[in-house]
Amino acid sequence: MSSNRKLEPSSLSLNDLPWQIHYNNNRCTLCGQCTAVCPVKAIELAVFRKRVIKTSVQKNKKHSSEYDTFYGIRQKTRVENACIGCAMCTMVCPNDAIAPVKNPGLDRLKFHINQNGIPRRRGGRRNSSRSVLDRIKFTRISMLTDPALDAGRHEFEMRTLLGRVLSPRENMKRLKEKGWIPPVREIYPLIIGGMSFGALSPTMWEGLQMGVAYLNEELLMPVRISTGEGGCPPRLLRSRFLKYVILQIASGYFGWDEIIHAIPHMKEDPCAIEIKYGQGAKPGDGGLLMWHKVNKLIAAIRGVPRGISLPSPPTHQTQYSIEESVAKMILSMSMAWGFRVPVYPKISASSTSLAVLNNLARNDYASGLAIDGEDGGTGAAYAVSMDHMGHPIASCIRDNYLNLTKIGKQNEIPIFAGGGIGKNGNIAANAAALIMLGASGVQIGKYVMQAAAGCVGTEEDRCNVCNVGICPKGITSQDPRLYRRLDPEDVARRLVDLFISFDTELKKIVAPLGRSTSLPIGMSDALGIDDHAAAERLSIKYVV
Amino acid sequence: MCRLFALTSLKPVSPMLAIKALDVMKEGHDGSGVGLLLQDLGGPFEEMKDAPILSGIFSEEGIRRLDLFMMDQGFLTKYKISLKIPKKAVEGIPKRDLYLIRAYELPEGWDNLEQDEISSRLMMTRLKIREMGEEKKDMMVFSFWPDTIMIKEIGDPMKLAEYLGLDRKELSARVIMAQGRQNTNYAIDLYACHPFFIKGYCTMTNGENTAFIPIKDFLSSRDFPGYMGYQSDSEVFAHILHYSMAGLGLGIDAYKHVITPLQEEALKKHPDANFLSHLKKTCRPLIIDGPNCVIGVLPDHSLFMVQDRKKLRPGVVGGKPGLFGFSSEICGLDAVIPGRDKTKDIQPMHIDTAIVSPDRQEVKICRQTESLNLPL
Repeated sequence: MSSNRKLEPSSLSLNDLPWQIHYNNNRCTLCGQCTAVCPVKAIELAVFRKRVIKTSVQKNKKHSSEYDTFYGIRQKTRVENACIGCAMCTMVCPNDAIAPVKNPGLDRLKFHINQNGIPRRRGGRRNSSRSVLDRIKFTRISMLTDPALDAGRHEFEMRTLLGRVLSPRENMKRLKEKGWIPPVREIYPLIIGGMSFGALSPTMWEGLQMGVAYLNEELLMPVRISTGEGGCPPRLLRSRFLKYVILQIASGYFGWDEIIHAIPHMKEDPCAIEIKYGQGAKPGDGGLLMWHKVNKLIAAIRGVPRGISLPSPPTHQTQYSIEESVAKMILSMSMAWGFRVPVYPKISASSTSLAVLNNLARNDYASGLAIDGEDGGTGAAYAVSMDHMGHPIASCIRDNYLNLTKIGKQNEIPIFAGGGIGKNGNIAANAAALIMLGASGVQIGKYVMQAAAGCVGTEEDRCNVCNVGICPKGITSQDPRLYRRLDPEDVARRLVDLFISFDTELKKIVAPLGRSTSLPIGMSDALGIDDHAAAERLSIKYVV
Repeated sequence: MCRLFALTSLKPVSPMLAIKALDVMKEGHDGSGVGLLLQDLGGPFEEMKDAPILSGIFSEEGIRRLDLFMMDQGFLTKYKISLKIPKKAVEGIPKRDLYLIRAYELPEGWDNLEQDEISSRLMMTRLKIREMGEEKKDMMVFSFWPDTIMIKEIGDPMKLAEYLGLDRKELSARVIMAQGRQNTNYAIDLYACHPFFIKGYCTMTNGENTAFIPIKDFLSSRDFPGYMGYQSDSEVFAHILHYSMAGLGLGIDAYKHVITPLQEEALKKHPDANFLSHLKKTCRPLIIDGPNCVIGVLPDHSLFMVQDRKKLRPGVVGGKPGLFGFSSEICGLDAVIPGRDKTKDIQPMHIDTAIVSPDRQEVKICRQTESLNLPL
């Protein structure tokens, strides 16, 4: 702009943007790859004008003032083109001439991403690297009084149960009387949480399914994956691999017409049915798939028209109470599969989750409870929901587990924890801490995207454009030009890497604690934290 | 590490036999205490098999409060053994007023009660006395059960036995369990001392139960008042035994399936795979971990030994018809039953339960892979 022209309120300078492009003109070959790859068109080829003034003190020498031009990369400052820091430009640059750098100053863009009155929506994460889970240490090390075990050579049983486990007496009674015993699955405690076909690209989804099948069939690790709310491809529904899949139903019921019609043709029962009542990233808000991603394929699987946004309501519209929800939804889902498939609700962590749990405890058909904490990720949500709504997972899980021990049902309703596990890369330590606080297992989503597909998101508001289908890695895009960047085979291989390395790390945690015969659910005596208030809140040791 | 010795004999024998074994195995324990269980008693108790015997340690004030309480409940003293304590104190052994071994007549009103009800009332009486004692620190009660004596104290086992004069003819039993060393994890507390007793079931353990907290949480929430205490992580072994046999109606052959269930592959091949898979799931919080050798006695006076899933602790069973010993070290067994055929000694492995039944004729090995006597 010129200094004598008016400014718009949302006229921003480079200094106002959270990410700034550092560009080296000397190394640039002007190949154009960076401008082509940028998902938000934050950079463009520009002509720069340069004035060269030559003056001299010598009397006879002439002074000169010449204008020159050169070509280079310019960063745009419009709100909609603000750099998201994904660094795809860096990735494609043959000469290392360009890179986004986080602006250490105040992000003033934040005040302007509400143009036309639409608040910021994004995908990704909460963008807070603080983590109580990272601060929990495992302090009960087996030393001399009992030998530490060998993570590499000893036998370990790191499995968990998904399903309603009756009390030993009641189970014995029903065995004698040949009564109905709720279905229980023995599964691996690290579960791939619900990321829908639609939120994820076809290549990502295929890669995950292939990886899960490999883990089960070749490595005998009973890993399970939730579909998220968006249905399930018809071929998978009719295949033997369905037994590794947890079908999710949520308030939009997307894809369930297809699923219901496939029931008579199913060769295997699904692992379980997850009824989503809430998710940690946007608690109390429904699911959202923005129109950008609703292409022909997605529309067909979900049974909706193309190109429209698909918001699921915040609640299941036919239900008005928890009792009704349990009675109606859980029971009817159980009935659909002849009471052979565990059915459990997934809720966002909340200070009211105990009421949900207590209600489930009274009903044999409720197979568990998945709780998603505030650090849970999402494909699309309002930023305000992600940043400010929700409950931390650690204390929520602990409260629920301790409540179960109080009523003696700690083995009967498994609690699964989700949200922020491994958000700073410490997946096994975070998972083990939650298990020892009382979770029967953990659900991960963002970590899978990062480790298995190279998602560039970080807790520093990097990228986070999963909602609009322009994922530069092709993970959450429905645009073939983008998702072709991702090879399903590679995703599968990396998923297998992830699980094998997690398994080794988990053993490296439990072996020194002297545990190997069963998953140490609720082994809170092993835990310590260097914060007195947190220790007291979680009923674990305070260590300094 | 603790040292354990148990014996089962057709003829009543002196507890000094077991103390002798602990003394031989002394190299391996720190002599910080001893716990003794005598069952299937001989001597004067032979004639009063139904009379509950109260075993514990009392101060002068405590015994007065006990007498008032027991009279109030309607119990009358039937017989007692007075352990005369030397006036001169022995270093390392605390000074106590009274070690009580007293048999009672059941209250009159109990005559027509079912055996289960009597058992429950006996347990509740013990728990009440324990609670009263913990309030004023003047009573400790280890058992209150027919045909059962328990003695626990801090100090070197042999010195203690001499100090308490255990080598006396009134004290003899066909089943004896002895453990050397107190719990060293926490401050010494006699309630943390093995063996642990609950309603005729008793165990002692050589090990460290790393899954203690979840097991304790599970047992404590069974709504059964006897599942309490837990000053030691080994107390849960006795309570799991009681829960699986008295609570679930399982046999001793299933105990190992509760504490260290088979893994998936072995489970699938088991003749009772379906039952065991249910048992494993429903009793999952009772799965133990860490190195443990458990020796126990059942209400019918069978003695048994089991090991943890990896068999990380030593343990041997041997003897001859009429007399069998269960020992954490072979030298203990050698000291008590020297003339046995050592080739028949058995060191139970990770899937074995070694059992000597009350006829005391042989050691039966029950493997986890064999079919079970099911309560179905």
